[in-house]
This record gives sequence, structure tokens and C-alpha cells, in this order.
Amino acid sequence: MKKSARSWRPMLLVAILLVVAAVAVAGCGSSSSSSTSSPAPSISGFTQVPMSSDTILGAGASFPAPLYMKWGSDYAGTSGVKLNYQSIGSGGGISAIEAKTVDFGASDAPLKESDLTAKGLVQFPMVVGGVVIVVHLDGVADGQLKLTPDVLASIYMGKTTTWNDASITKLNPGVKLPATKINVVHRSDGSGTTWIFTHYLTDAAGSIWTAGADKEIPWPLGVGGKGSEGVATSVQQLSGSIGYVEYAYAKQTGMTTTQLQNKDGAWVKPSIASFASAASHADWKASLPSMYMVLVNQPGQDTWPITGASFILMQKDQADATRAKTTLDFFAWGYTSGAAAATALDYVPIPANVYDLVQKQVWPTMTVSGTPVWP
Amino acid sequence: MSTVDLEVAPSPSGPRGAAIAAPRGHKLRLGDPLFRVLATVCGITVAVAMFGLAGVLVYNSWPAITTLGTKMLTTVAWSPTQGEYGALAALAGTALSTIVAMVIAVPLALVIALLLVELVHPAVSRVVGTAIEMLAAIPSIVYGMVGLFVIVPYIQDHLVPWVLSTPLGNVPGIKPGLQFQGGGLSIFTAGVVLAFMVLPFITAVSRDVLKMVPQVTKEAGYGMGSTTWEVMHKISMRYANSGIVGAVFIGLGRALGETMAVAYLIGSVYTDLPRSIFDPGTSIASLIANQFSEATRTLDLSALIALGLILFLITVLFQILAQAWLRRVQRATGGRA
Amino acid sequence: MSAVPESTSPPAHLRRRSIGRRKATDLTVKIFSWIGAWFGIIAMGFLVYEVVIRGAVAWNWAFFTQSTPQDVTSTQGGFANAIVGTIVITGVAALMAIPTGFLGGVYLAEFGRNGRVATAVRMIANVVMGVPSIIVGVFAFAVLVKPLQHYSGFAGSVALAFIMLPVMARTTEDILNLVPNELRESGLAMGAARWKVTLGVICKAARGGLITGATLAIVRVAGETAPLLFTALSSPYWMTGLFGPSGFFGGPVANLTKTIYDFSASPYPHFQTLAWGGALLIIVAVLGMNILVRLLFQRGKEW
Repeated sequence: MKKSARSWRPMLLVAILLVVAAVAVAGCGSSSSSSTSSPAPSISGFTQVPMSSDTILGAGASFPAPLYMKWGSDYAGTSGVKLNYQSIGSGGGISAIEAKTVDFGASDAPLKESDLTAKGLVQFPMVVGGVVIVVHLDGVADGQLKLTPDVLASIYMGKTTTWNDASITKLNPGVKLPATKINVVHRSDGSGTTWIFTHYLTDAAGSIWTAGADKEIPWPLGVGGKGSEGVATSVQQLSGSIGYVEYAYAKQTGMTTTQLQNKDGAWVKPSIASFASAASHADWKASLPSMYMVLVNQPGQDTWPITGASFILMQKDQADATRAKTTLDFFAWGYTSGAAAATALDYVPIPANVYDLVQKQVWPTMTVSGTPVWP
Repeated sequence: MSTVDLEVAPSPSGPRGAAIAAPRGHKLRLGDPLFRVLATVCGITVAVAMFGLAGVLVYNSWPAITTLGTKMLTTVAWSPTQGEYGALAALAGTALSTIVAMVIAVPLALVIALLLVELVHPAVSRVVGTAIEMLAAIPSIVYGMVGLFVIVPYIQDHLVPWVLSTPLGNVPGIKPGLQFQGGGLSIFTAGVVLAFMVLPFITAVSRDVLKMVPQVTKEAGYGMGSTTWEVMHKISMRYANSGIVGAVFIGLGRALGETMAVAYLIGSVYTDLPRSIFDPGTSIASLIANQFSEATRTLDLSALIALGLILFLITVLFQILAQAWLRRVQRATGGRA
Repeated sequence: MSAVPESTSPPAHLRRRSIGRRKATDLTVKIFSWIGAWFGIIAMGFLVYEVVIRGAVAWNWAFFTQSTPQDVTSTQGGFANAIVGTIVITGVAALMAIPTGFLGGVYLAEFGRNGRVATAVRMIANVVMGVPSIIVGVFAFAVLVKPLQHYSGFAGSVALAFIMLPVMARTTEDILNLVPNELRESGLAMGAARWKVTLGVICKAARGGLITGATLAIVRVAGETAPLLFTALSSPYWMTGLFGPSGFFGGPVANLTKTIYDFSASPYPHFQTLAWGGALLIIVAVLGMNILVRLLFQRGKEW
């Protein structure tokens, strides 16, 4: 089949590629205007001038990620400053801020005073939330299954292996528990959620739980999921599984959570009230300057035993005063105007008096060549 | 300019070399030397890039190599917070998942190639062959997603319980180990999905190689009364042996380095050697992908890059072996594979 | 080598069994072939089917025009910024790799031929093609992200270009090798310069194959995730300009594959639906481009 000299085929392909490229360029041109959830932004905005082209880059814990991302999209609407938050785990957040590839790192595993000084970082709490236990069991309703810290530790140590084990059925008369294996899911990345969870197990069931308390531990058994997102998805896909995630992940996806027996012996369901009850025991003033705080296993009838604060880490020595101020402005907004979004996702906002401590004692220690970046 | 029928085989290099080696005439032409230099530079860039890659890997993994030495290859667990940088768990997982993938993919690929070459009409063969080649183009992330949402629940809820209820469930290597979590996220699942990722490659190359068996030889076999299978088995496959082995090596290479699909499916357990294909584990590539963003200390990052160097060396080795096999095919059949 | 016996050597009953067994084996193998082939083909078709079913739901106007949602409770948003990001990152990678790879392939086919250097380059190119893409990502991280202390879309492009380069070179070489010598000789015999013969005659003759090769190389690389994991990272916003924290050279750039990875691993149904929509888009683009270039440029040639 002889092809004519003026073949149209290469031209057609080039034309298609040009159209694609044109769309791409047009898309780039409209970069500024779209706040992420606004309906149908225009695609042809070549001449639109952005209110502010600043982007804050943050990375770290998946624990507060749903909240930070919500704050980011709300804040972009009011101030034009955009937040790009990458949920890569607390370990990743610490790593990133040390490498200075981000403006701030987020971690639920707070650093101690000595570490902060050694790494040249400052730390402050941003929000408090709860870690809940999720299970994938057909026939068990949300909030129905009861677990004690001993049973939980035993499951994660691999000592209790089936759902109808005596220790579990004893706590749950009338609940239909299958004779199948308990499939354990934990985090595969360096996680502040793991840090909180393992601190809880060490504190509340220390005789059974011997695997340690850290962002990453040598788990006796179980598959790993990346981020709380990964743990939640894995539990969703594996029947008969159990996992631990931050509460927003369970609530927003309708997963089955469990009750826990707290320090006072009461059975509690996860809720913002139970997290707040735990947070009320925090003495933030005493925790200065590092603001290191562990909130697990707090006393109180209504306290949720696996509560934790999530922290922000920033470089003490800042390179760019404007960028630092922009970042701190965002957090100031979060402290003062972000409470509604936080409670909507069942996070406990940091109270005003603690914010006062942070902005008077912690933020002024951040400097650019000696000059504090705040106020 | 008229077009060319691209199916004509090239003539050997001798005459061509002679025809164009002679220097040009009297006019000073800058275009030619410039063009030649440019082309040569670009050609060498490819080689330089590879050495650059190797160099960067070695440079960045040097701290780990000097601090840990061969401990990486003798320790099982990967646990930086405990100071353990063992690659054995990852190596075992990589090997096992690749073996599972090959065990599933190679027979399947051969059988499909057989079908395409001997048992169906050439037109059908062409269509199906093209379809299979296109499936090779599907990115691994899509395989990973379908694996996670469709195959994992099926394996967990149906396949594994069934297998474990048969006598097969007591065979060492299938019998669940300590880390067994239902088998949904496991080496087996990763291996199954890997099998379908390498299947198109092996099928395509096998089919091409089987087609190159001379018709005359096959007809001689048929003429003596052999059945189709006998011709395939005793004539074609013997002829195409090297080519098929080369294809398998290529598939192996791809399976070894596969990251995304495996990361979704293998279960991310870094602390133990898997005792069974239904145990979760990890592979080198997915370990790097998962742990890279949180390498806090220099040693952590360096150890991860050292792991990457190990993977790099393994895949280079397999590539070289594959090249060697395929060159044997070229020499044996007198054309390009 | 068993010939069908026509003379009387083995007894009759043995003869019959032998033929029968051979035929039975042949039939069994044929049956397994069909079963195996159908199994393989159905499995692949099932994969595409699943993606289509789950992804088609996500395709609406918002999917192609809005950027990725940040609110986990949101039911809006789309993948527009990710799609554009991938086009830009892949486009820049192509700009870097295609011309270089093309000229490299020209070197291998026209100048180096079977010389020592060319043979070495050829073998190295084959080896590089087998390097896992995550290692290439690690390389780009070590060279462009760590020293500069920020992620960038450009680092992602470099990683992708690295993957594309040897593919393009080898494809070019293979295509050019198919052009018969006669064409070269007749061009040179007319006194044309070497570079003119190569570009104007040979490449023009082979342009179908060359464009196919280039397009397939680009499309293959567009679906890669691992090289972008620690280079371009991801972003919920549009790329703004070249430098600065949202710029192509300055900060993370949204891209389709990483976004799909993040969203598919998240437990929120809406995010998962968006991820499937993205996966469907990738399959449609990849398969579509494959089919398109084959239809346009391949006449009878299978690869």
C-alpha cells in the first residue's frame, strides 16, 4: 500500500499533541484562582493575578493530616496563602524539617529538649486527637466491641490469636465473634500514631506489652500500612483484621471502632469529649520550653485512654523572615480561627491560654540572623 | 521521497561501511563532522548516565558500607530505630515474590505463545498478540490498585482458606508462618499480580522467538507424522530455547525491580523472614519506597541507598545474563531476536 | 523421533496404544493451551474491566477541571492539576530525552555500528533499561533534591528523562537498522552530505517507526510513579510559574501517578473513586496512544 507523499498522519499526531499541550498551558495559566473545593474554576484565566503566590510546604504525621488539609483549603480562601501538606508519617516530618526541604514538619511523637537543641528545632502543639481501634468484623456494630489494654496488648503481641478467644468473649457477652484468626495491622512507616499507641500499651499493659514504645518498633506480628490512611484501607480490605488509626479516619469512613476500658475502669467510646477530658490534664506550662507531652492513659471517668497531642516542628534558625512569618501566620490563624474545623473533625483545639504560651515563649525564639521572626 | 517497506532485513555492515567511509569531495562541509560529533556525544551520554547513576549510588551509600560492612547482608530485620539495617528480609521477599511470579507467568506465557504460533489463525494471532503487547504498557500503579481492591479480599476470604483446608496447606512454604495474617496482603498476592505484569513481556518475546523456527523444520516433523505437541516440544522449543530463557530473564528483571504494585500488596513486614508464600513480607524496592521519606539520620538514608545499590547490582547482573542469552539466539538463528 | 510404523515390527496392540497416547498427550496439551490462554486473556480483560467500571463513575466535568480536594469530607474536586502536572513533567522530560536519545540511536545505527564503543553503549543502554525506576528516583533525589533542599518538578523530569533516554536510543537504532542500505547508498551517491542523507532520507523513510517509538517511550514514562515519589512529590494545587515554592523548578508539582497512589491508599470513598478515575485516565491514555500510533504508522509491522 503506497503512502502518498503528503501523509497526513504525522500531522494528525502532532495536532493532537499540540491540543494536549495547549490545554496544559491553559491549565497552568489558571493556577492562581482555584481554591480547591470551589465549583468549576475557569480554565482560561491567563490574565488573572493571584492574591498571593505564597505556598507553605509542610510534611509529616498522618494523625492531624485531615485537619491540616482542611485548614489549608479554608485558609487559602481567606488569605490566598496555600498550604501543601504531605502526609508521610511523623518520622518523615522530622526528617524533612531537618533536611530543610519543608517549612514545617508535623509529628505526634514529640522530641525531647536535648533532641530539639541538637537538631536546632522548636516545637509546639497544634491540636489534640484520639487514636482509636478499628476492626473488620461482620456482625459487630460500631462501638460495640469492648477491649481492655491487656487484651489489646496480647493481640498485638501475638498471644491472643482468634476472635473467639476466652479473654475477648468474656468482655463481650452476646456479641457474635467468629473463630477466625485475628489479622493484625500496624504502621509500616515511622509514625507518631504508633508512638502514642505503644506508649499507651507500655503504660497500661506493661506486663504483657514488651515490644517497646517508639515511632517504629519491631512488631511481633502484623502487616504494615503506610500512614493512618494505609492502615485504614488495609483493615477495610482484610476481613477479621484489627488496626489503630486516628479517629477522623475511622469516623469519616464509617469503620467499626471499639470501646476501651480506661484507667478509671470505665468503658469509653471515642468522642471529642473523651479526648478533651484527657487533654484537660495537660500541664503545658510545665512542659516548656520543649512542650513535650504524653497524654495517654490519663485519669478521668470519661477519658479516652489513647489520646495524644500533635506537634509542629520548625527550624530555630530561619533563612527567610517573610516565609517564616507567613508560616506562623497560618498557625496563628489555626489557633484562633480553626477551632470550628477542628471540632467538626473531632480534634480538640488547643486552648487560648496555651496558644498564648506558644506565641510568647516559643515563637520568639525563632530568629533570622538574631532578629526574632515573631511578632 | 518514496517510502520503504520496513520489513526488509538490513544488509550486513561490510559493504555499507565501505561505501560511506570514503572522505567527501573538495567542498568544506562542517555539517558532517558536527553531526557526527553530536551523534557520538549523545550516544556516549547514555553510557555516561549509567556510570553517573552507579557513581551517585556508591557515593551516597558509602557511609553505610563503611559503617555496616557486610552486616546488611547477614542481618534479617530492617529496623533503623533499633539500629538494625538488615537486608535479608527484603532480599528474601524479593526472591520469593519473583519466584511465585515466574512460576505462574512462565508456563502461562509459553502456553499462550504456543497457541498464538501453532494453534490459531495468523490474523487472530496478530490481534491477540497486539492486545497482549498493549497490556504490557499498563502502569504498575493500576495493577497495584486492582490488586488491593479486588484480588486481596478474594485471596483473603476465599483462596487461602480453601488452600489451607486441602492437604496442600501443610506443605512447608505454604503452611502459614508466624507472620501469617490471612494471606490477603502477602508474598503470594504480590507474586500473582507481578505474574500478570511480566506475562506480556515473556509472551511477546517467546512468540517472536517461536515464530522464527524455520517452517521447513516443522514441516519435516509434521511430515513424519508428529503431533502438534511433539513438533512444539521436540523441535520448536529446542530451537527457541535460548530465546525463551532470555525472555524469562527479562521478565525476571522486571519483577525484581517492580515497586508500586508490590508496595500495595506485600504487607510491609520488615522484621522477619517469610516462612510461607502466604506470609506478608517486603521487597527491596517497596522497602525503599516506604522508608525513604523518613530516613532521619545520614546513616539511615545511606543504608537505604545501599539497599538500592544492591538492587541495582542484582538487576544489572540479570540484564547482562539476559543479553548474553539473547545474543546466543541471534547467532543461532542469524537475525535479530 | 517416533515415526508412525507402517511395517509389522511391534505387535498391533502396542502400536495402537502408542498412537493413542501420543494423540491424547497432544489433545491434553492443546486443551491446556486454550484454557491457559483464555485464563490469561480473561484475567487481563478483567483488569481493564475493573478499572473501567470503578473509574467511569469518577469522570465528570469537575474531574477534569478542578484541582484535588483537601477536605476529607469533600465530595468535590478533581484531578485537573495533577493531569496538567504530569503533562508538563513528562513534556520536559521528553524535551530532554527524545532529541538526545534520537541522536544517540543515530550514532549507534549509522556511525558506531559494530565498533567497540557502540557495542559497549548498546549493552549499557540495554542494562539501563532494566534498572528499576525507583533507583532512578533515588538518583534524582540524591543529585537534585537533597543538595538544593527542595523538591521540584524538574527533578521528576530528570528522573523520567533518564528512563526514556536508553529506550529512545535503542528504538531509534532498531528502526534505522531496518532501512535498507540501498537508500543510504543512493543518497550518498548523489553527492549529498552525510547528515543530510541521514536526516533527510533515512529518517524520513523511517519516520513512522521513529514517531511510534518516541510516542511509546513518552507514554510509558508518563505512567511511572516510583521516580516521582521523592522528586516531584505532590501538591494539591496548580503549578505556578517556574521558580518559587509552587514553581516547576522550585517546589513539588502535582502529578497524576503520585496523586492516584495517595488517594487510592486513603480510606475515604470519594478519594478512592477519584483515584480510580485517574487510573482509568491513565489506561485510556496509554492504550489510546498505543493504538493511535499503531493505526497511524504501522502497516503490517507488529512492533
